[in-house]
Amino acid sequence: MSMIEFKNVEKYYGDFHALKNVNLKIDEGETVVLIGPSGSGKSTLIRTVNGLEEIQEGQLLVNGFDLHDPKTDMNRIRKNVGMVFQHFNLYDNKTTLENIMLAPRLVLKRDEAENKKIAMELLEKVGLADKAANMPSELSGGQKQRAAIARSLAMRPKALLFDEPTSALDPEMVGDVLDVMRDIAKDSSMTMLVVTHEMSFAKAVADRVIFMADGQVLEDSTTQEFFDSPKEARAQQFLSQVEHH
Amino acid sequence: MALLQNNFPTFLQGFGYTLLSSIIALIGSMILGTGFAIMQIVPQKWIQKIGNIYVQVFRNIPLLIITFFFFLVVSKYIKMSGFTSGTVALMLYTSAFIAETVRAGILAVNTGQMEGARANGLSFAQAMRYIVLPQAFRISLPSLGNQFINLVKNSSILAFVGGLDLMYQGNMIAANTFDTFSTYIIVAIFYLILTLPLSYYIQHLERKLKRAA
Repeated sequence: MSMIEFKNVEKYYGDFHALKNVNLKIDEGETVVLIGPSGSGKSTLIRTVNGLEEIQEGQLLVNGFDLHDPKTDMNRIRKNVGMVFQHFNLYDNKTTLENIMLAPRLVLKRDEAENKKIAMELLEKVGLADKAANMPSELSGGQKQRAAIARSLAMRPKALLFDEPTSALDPEMVGDVLDVMRDIAKDSSMTMLVVTHEMSFAKAVADRVIFMADGQVLEDSTTQEFFDSPKEARAQQFLSQVEHH
Repeated sequence: MALLQNNFPTFLQGFGYTLLSSIIALIGSMILGTGFAIMQIVPQKWIQKIGNIYVQVFRNIPLLIITFFFFLVVSKYIKMSGFTSGTVALMLYTSAFIAETVRAGILAVNTGQMEGARANGLSFAQAMRYIVLPQAFRISLPSLGNQFINLVKNSSILAFVGGLDLMYQGNMIAANTFDTFSTYIIVAIFYLILTLPLSYYIQHLERKLKRAA
């Protein structure tokens, strides 16, 4: 069953045509990496999936609900679709533990003892158990991102969106975050859509690669196909550029 | 000193009314001001408009005129004393300034905080209440402190509508004793008894929150 489906989606910022006739299907449990040059619409695309950006035309089905339908309750979608941001967006006024426990408490009405147990397990999983009582400002970039991933996982989402999760990190922090993401990808029921420039991560983890440029999906192929024999000239050019440094 | 001793109950009564009016107006204007601040930043344009009109009206009319409006006009339809009219006017007037202060605070909070909260499943109201507003209050605390101190001092408009406050009683005592100088010195000291601890408390809060951040 498809978890995320774009049907003829168009998105504009004023006169700027940000997404052009996008058609995509991502199945439940798939890990899909979205790549392309900057300004190609990758972030815009991923942000439409949980309604942070509205689409103007077409259909966008997430977990069976049409996001373009005004009757769709966006909060219900977001319960099932987590998001990890480039700049973490942790709650600056809450401790690491509270960052993770807040949404399950308010939105899922999870029992407090259970909530704490799950939160601590997640912190353990991302290697931050000793940072539970710290404020986000006391964490390094990599720690912040791992805490943000734990926060998303605490909602037990069906799908996770990653919007350039390692782009704002110092190089030595990237590995830990990618390791955590690799772990999540192993869970066969989790759908992952990842915007990234980490080609090695894409090669190792993705089931499929989608290549975008100028607001269009130019290529949608299996990971091996994409890296071994990219069809589009733009994709070939992009790959040769990122692989040469 | 004799002046203070002879009129102590009257001063004290005035002090009590000033304190009461300030507390009511402070709490009320915080609630109203926060409400109108939020109204000005919600996505719905027509709600923004209402919030903006409210702020512009009450911010740009002298407090004394708002007070007279309640005392002379509104009280014809809704029975209210001078104390009540003055306190309501003070509350509405101050709330317009607090709305602007809190709105600026909200805008100063990184937009990622709201986005993170919404993406995490929180509603707009939950995100505001638990994430954005606490940070906005912290940012606006110095200016909020100014508003609170102004509020206490502005409560002296109650004197114009028989509000029985400190200023009103001061006027009475000055008129009876002809010792205007000493009377208003004492009145000033009573105001300081309210405003100085308030200033220090706000400074203390600022330091405390700075450490927590």
